[in-house]
Amino acid sequence: MSGESQTAGQYIQHHLTNMTYGNMPESAVGKHLCGEEVPAVAHAGWQMAHCGAEAKAMGFMSINVDTMFWSIFLGILFLFLFNKVAKTATSGVPGGMQNFVEMVVEFVDSSVKGTFNGRNPFVAPMALTIFVWVFLINFMDLFPVDWIPAAAGWIGHTFFGMDPHHVYFKVVPSTDPNATFGMALAVFMLTLYYSFKQKGLIGFAGELTLHPFSSKNKVMQLVFIPINFVLEFVALLAKPLSLSLRLYGNMFAGEMIFILIALMYGGGWVVGAFGGFLQLGWAIFHILIITLQAYIFMTLTIVYMDLAYQTSEDH
Amino acid sequence: MNINLTLIGQSITFAVFVWFCYAYVWPPLVNALAERKKQISEGLAAAERGQHEQELAEKRAAEHLKEAKGQASEIIAQAQKRASEIVDEAKEDARSEAERIKVGANAEIEQEINRAREHLRQQVAVLAVAGAEKILRKEVNAEAHASALSALAEQL
Repeated sequence: MSGESQTAGQYIQHHLTNMTYGNMPESAVGKHLCGEEVPAVAHAGWQMAHCGAEAKAMGFMSINVDTMFWSIFLGILFLFLFNKVAKTATSGVPGGMQNFVEMVVEFVDSSVKGTFNGRNPFVAPMALTIFVWVFLINFMDLFPVDWIPAAAGWIGHTFFGMDPHHVYFKVVPSTDPNATFGMALAVFMLTLYYSFKQKGLIGFAGELTLHPFSSKNKVMQLVFIPINFVLEFVALLAKPLSLSLRLYGNMFAGEMIFILIALMYGGGWVVGAFGGFLQLGWAIFHILIITLQAYIFMTLTIVYMDLAYQTSEDH
Repeated sequence: MNINLTLIGQSITFAVFVWFCYAYVWPPLVNALAERKKQISEGLAAAERGQHEQELAEKRAAEHLKEAKGQASEIIAQAQKRASEIVDEAKEDARSEAERIKVGANAEIEQEINRAREHLRQQVAVLAVAGAEKILRKEVNAEAHASALSALAEQL
């Protein structure tokens, strides 16, 4: 555990709080949002939040530094490695790294070819980015839960003179709904864009209003249109929502279990050893989950893109 | 767990990464894969062709071998025939040579006999004459009986 003085509740809370940098509103100045022992908010404006409550007070005008850092770091890692291989890619005998990259690329390519029937050179690279990026992000979950946050706490304490208990550092961006919603939102925007582009405004509106109920009778059809619209609109919104919540929920739950297992290390030798055994088992099982979630996110993105391209109404 | 600016930041980051992947990562990799696929199919086709050619060459070689065997046996048969011919010829030659040598030897022997006989005859005549002379010197004139003696010598 990162601090002996913490209770189990504080420990869990600490692990679930993002490092947030945001714009503190005037109304929060002078309040002890983080409890009485923490100094009150000194001034308004852009600053680091000292706890979840302060981050909450900042509202929308704040940014989760840890989420952005890790997702950008891992994304650049992915692009750097793949770009390096792509630059030296030969059609001859591939080396070890190229072999691996080609395996991933072929896997994604066959997934896209099997599911996506439209013509869009953008879909396959997007699927590759999603798969590898989400996998790497999820992979951060396999690092023992205290390693990186503890290192961040030590750095914050040593170099910035901060209380290590108020250095929050969530390592797995996909346990932050902002990250998964962000990706799903981008995918949703793309599907909307291509839906409009492929079907036109009328076609897209028709898809939203003429299904699932339709009638030859004009009056009945008019009655059906609002019902259809409500149903289809919910279905439309459910796509990005389910896409992001599925990933977030799975990763959050997995992270939570790791944290709970980590709590057992404080319970003496026997419980601690049992905790170590559990952590190993859960980590091995989690390898499957993180890969599966990356794959599902990619596949559903391809499916949504394919739906955006389906001009014939056959659903 | 608040929804905040991270949402938008994440969307933008995602878009940038996808664009980079689309522009710089995906095309060279897919091209390399397609290129290799082409090379492999070409290689397989070449191998197939090579195998076919090998089969043809083997067939041709077998044909050549068969032909050569036929020629060789023909040559051997001819050689055997020729050899027996040569042996027959040599036998014939030897026989005729032997005949010739025998004839020559016979003639020489005959000649030698004749010469010896002639010689003997002359000697006998001389001896007879010498003997008769000795007798006749005592009894008769040699010249008176010479014609009778030479007639006698002629008979020998």
